[in-house]
Amino acid sequence: MEAETATQASDLEERIATWRAYLRRRQTIAADSDELEDHLRNQITALAESGLSPDEAFIVAVKRLGELDELTNEFAREHSERLWKQLVAPPGPGTDRPRRRRRETLTALGLAVAAGIAVKLPALLGFEPAGQEQMEWFYALNASLFVLPCLAAYFAWKRSMPKAPCTAVAAGFIAAAVAVNALPLNPEAATTMLAALHLPIALLLLIGIAYTGGNWASHHQRMNFIRFFGELVIYFVLIALGGGPLTAITMFLFMAVGLEVEWLAQEWILPCGAAGAIIVAAWLVEAKQSVIENMAPVLTRVFTPLLTLVLLAFLGTVAWTGGAIDIEREVLIGFDLMLVLVLGLLLYSVSARDPRSAPDAFDMLQLTLLLCALVVDAIALTAIAARISEFGLSPNKVAALGENLVLLVNLSWSAWLYVRFLRGKGAFDALARWQTAYIPAYAAWAALVVLGFPPLFGFV
Amino acid sequence: MNIGKDLVAASAVPLVLAILAEGESYGYAILKRVRELSGGKLVWTDGMLYPVLHRLERVGRIEGRWGRSDNGRKRKYYRLTEEGRGLLAERRQQWQVVDATLRGIWSGLPEPGGPA
Repeated sequence: MEAETATQASDLEERIATWRAYLRRRQTIAADSDELEDHLRNQITALAESGLSPDEAFIVAVKRLGELDELTNEFAREHSERLWKQLVAPPGPGTDRPRRRRRETLTALGLAVAAGIAVKLPALLGFEPAGQEQMEWFYALNASLFVLPCLAAYFAWKRSMPKAPCTAVAAGFIAAAVAVNALPLNPEAATTMLAALHLPIALLLLIGIAYTGGNWASHHQRMNFIRFFGELVIYFVLIALGGGPLTAITMFLFMAVGLEVEWLAQEWILPCGAAGAIIVAAWLVEAKQSVIENMAPVLTRVFTPLLTLVLLAFLGTVAWTGGAIDIEREVLIGFDLMLVLVLGLLLYSVSARDPRSAPDAFDMLQLTLLLCALVVDAIALTAIAARISEFGLSPNKVAALGENLVLLVNLSWSAWLYVRFLRGKGAFDALARWQTAYIPAYAAWAALVVLGFPPLFGFV
Repeated sequence: MNIGKDLVAASAVPLVLAILAEGESYGYAILKRVRELSGGKLVWTDGMLYPVLHRLERVGRIEGRWGRSDNGRKRKYYRLTEEGRGLLAERRQQWQVVDATLRGIWSGLPEPGGPA
């Protein structure tokens, strides 16, 4: 009898562990599961006192807790049926989980192949722009249009996105494809290059909508999209790091038997591989299930102090030397990239932070970084404003200036929200919500550059 | 009696705040208190309690801290903040208006459950 009770107790612990593992995979904050476990155990004890067996008590408690918390509700819905089965019969082979996983693998790989083929489709169909340069521009403009629809399709499938957002996303891609290909393929035109650079940024919004399964209004879903995007970039870089040596070895091996396959690498492996790698990277991030314990926030922790140091040193130098920044042509882009980096660091520390914990030293550091970046950018902008009034506006300068403003607005308001939070006057959540609410602004500006700039500047 | 979803949801915040105004408490105990107060008639469903607690904490109306239960497990206790007290007072006044209005009209109507 005593042995039986002991087994039952360890069974119960095992079930609670399974339940916790489920929460860990789903949940943003580990602390929550401690709280919910406490509740679960209280409930189980109360039920056991009223005469239920530990197994029965666990199931009833999980079900009741499901009524009190959205996340555990999912667990209860998904698992209580199987739990009943487990109670009456040992788990047999052929549950539906692996099948779903296999289907997902096949879908993801299929879409990766589709993305790879899409890159070669114009050539395979015999489409041949007039000259070498024209062809390069055609591919530069359309690169994101080969891949991103496949990525959107993957999420639309995975999240069973309703019809309306599906149509909207598809319409977005079609509109972008038509607009971009209506541009004259003039290799000299700065606006063409700007369009090629900005199109992927605009299209990311469509990916975001597909990622959230059409539920773009949800702040949490958008935050998950931010987390996902950071991981996607890291996974893609890792895959690329592996792809390089693989390509080199392919060429080496065939060279050993007297075959020159550089054309294969350049024409096929590289473009198709890169396209497919984006889908595979997305699938890997998804397969990890939790977009929480991830890499981007770790990098943030490493680079926030370093960038802060660099900016402080820069400000010190400017103050020491009297502050004349030598404005060259590319300087504004450089400052834009600096702001993008600061924004990235901010975004990925916000996305990983528990909004309920109190301010700490890292928050102070983050605010210091924000303020330094704003001061540095203000110095740069004053220098550049003088330059622009001297030489007039070119599409490149307007684009760089616009980006600078879009980023500056975000970072200034973020700094303000941070100050409020650190002084105990506002919740951290406000900062997180500001970031997710701001995502469409980047896409809107990028879309303006793609669609509005060419006619605005007379297609030069 | 089955109380409508909307009504249960609307009363959740004032109830949680009021229970915490009685003193620091934690999820399971708050729930027990609700059951006690309502004689088991008010049932919280559809993932309500913990999201409500976490939301109130995020916006600074209540404050959480980690403590230990009697058997030494981690337990999260909540208590009202000054802002929470303000919100409670506000909600209380609103509910009193609703309650008084309804009372005013109930008194003129026949009791439910009587002959139709």
